[in-house]
Amino acid sequence: MGSLLALRDVDARYGQVQALRSLSLTVDEGEIVAILGANGAGKTTTLRAISNTVNRSGTLEFAGRPLGRKGPEATARLGIAHVPEGRGTFSELTVAENLRLGAYARRGSLRDDFTRVFTYFPWLERRGGQEAGTLSGGEQQMLAIARALMQRPRLLLLDEPSLGLAPLVVAEVFRIVKELNHREGTAVLLVEQNARISLATASRAYVLEVGSVAFEGPSSELAARDAIRRSYLGY
Amino acid sequence: MTAISLFNRTTWRPSRSWIVPAAIAAGGVFLVVGSLRSSLFAQQTVSGLANGGIYASLAVALVLIYRATEVINFAQGALATFTTYVAWQLIDWGLGYWPAFLCTLVIAFVGGLAVELAAIRPVERRGSQLTVVIASIGLLILVEGAIGRIWGNQVKFMPAPFPARIYHVGGVAFSLQDLGTIAISIASVVVLWLFFRFTKVGLGMRAAAVRPAAARLVGIRVSWMLSLGWGLAAMLGAVAGMLAAASPSVLLQPNMMDGILIYAFAAAVVGGLESPAGAVVGGLAIGVLLNLLGSYVSWITPQLLLPAAFVLMLAVLLVKPSGLFGRSRTRRV
Repeated sequence: MGSLLALRDVDARYGQVQALRSLSLTVDEGEIVAILGANGAGKTTTLRAISNTVNRSGTLEFAGRPLGRKGPEATARLGIAHVPEGRGTFSELTVAENLRLGAYARRGSLRDDFTRVFTYFPWLERRGGQEAGTLSGGEQQMLAIARALMQRPRLLLLDEPSLGLAPLVVAEVFRIVKELNHREGTAVLLVEQNARISLATASRAYVLEVGSVAFEGPSSELAARDAIRRSYLGY
Repeated sequence: MTAISLFNRTTWRPSRSWIVPAAIAAGGVFLVVGSLRSSLFAQQTVSGLANGGIYASLAVALVLIYRATEVINFAQGALATFTTYVAWQLIDWGLGYWPAFLCTLVIAFVGGLAVELAAIRPVERRGSQLTVVIASIGLLILVEGAIGRIWGNQVKFMPAPFPARIYHVGGVAFSLQDLGTIAISIASVVVLWLFFRFTKVGLGMRAAAVRPAAARLVGIRVSWMLSLGWGLAAMLGAVAGMLAAASPSVLLQPNMMDGILIYAFAAAVVGGLESPAGAVVGGLAIGVLLNLLGSYVSWITPQLLLPAAFVLMLAVLLVKPSGLFGRSRTRRV
């Protein structure tokens, strides 16, 4: 059986600048995988290559099928939920509308999905009418994850969920991601600056350096190797 | 600049949020009290509201497209005129007024979609917003030319949807035409609002307008939503055109919407350019104000009404630069 997601020799560029150089990685069904590395190493671009919001080439397969040349709309419909940098909150719309948008690509009743989302984020139920832009940063991050959950994804792409959040909130966000993965079986591909909490959450990790994979392995192994930890992960 | 201020948002000014509701309420009270004291005032107010309803419909059409693409569609009036000619043609072929009205709405919707696909999207993909604006001006000239070519430049008489009956209520004469115009223009805007508020496609269109990139990530076909917006705007324009053509002061001719487009533009700007509700309030306010000025201020001749609309627009923008219902945007610097 192949992986849920497989990238082989993927290149990506912004105009003249090459951001990914023959990058390869895989994510298995139900797995949490972290992508770590310095600023500009290509972490965000990797996620963008998957959702096709950047110019890319190479082999990208999802559930055994090529991801192809179709736009991000089509990728979303395949079951890949991408929570982008800045969380992709529709700040002018209400919390409930943001959640409904998560399920935009699907037909049918949303009642079960709302119920399911509210078991993870009970506070969202009371705040449905609130304009999403008025939520705090942590609340917006949770809303973004809740919105992705409405999509019933097989793979969740999370871009820097810890960005700008207080340590306690970061811990809460990662706890929910882990619970989600455990209970729904959703595979998660996580991009992070915060290496410590990512390695604690993910089972495997890739360390990127100038657009390619410098190291890969089980999280415990990467965390145990002092040289990698000090020079790439910064703690 | 200190390092800290680089990451600060621009200074947030406390919004004088009471001014707008207070001004609208004061205007409403003024109109009601005036109407109760003078029957002429009441008549002029109602016919002003009828004109205003037409401006409002077209203004909302402008706002729909502006919200999605930040472009003013200068061809909106010409497209409205074209669809009004289509309605005239259908009636001339023997269709009843209301069947022709509904057919025209459908034709306008399809036509709006087609124009976006054929004329706007290819330009937008390559150019900037400015190129789209220029394409819309080209479209304006093209459509007006096409109207002249197909139907000729002579004035045509569009039948009115309502009998020319006058109702007397307590000494005030209301024309059914005016009341009907107000009702239809308001109803079409309300239907549109319900569509945006309560349907899935409406929600998708709003999301695509405010956050196109995020909208694509949740599976919304943003470019398709833009085409839909053009279709809806063309429908609203058709309503405005058909109502306007029935008024004795406008008449059906190739350039009949040129003046109305300018009033609609003023209405949209007064309302904040991004707010359909603002466009409606702006349209009604301009319609009433101009009608009252025209009948009560002796030195304001019909030629001075257009400048008067711009004075109102300037006055609003001086007090509230983002328009009545606009939000002041905060940008990171």
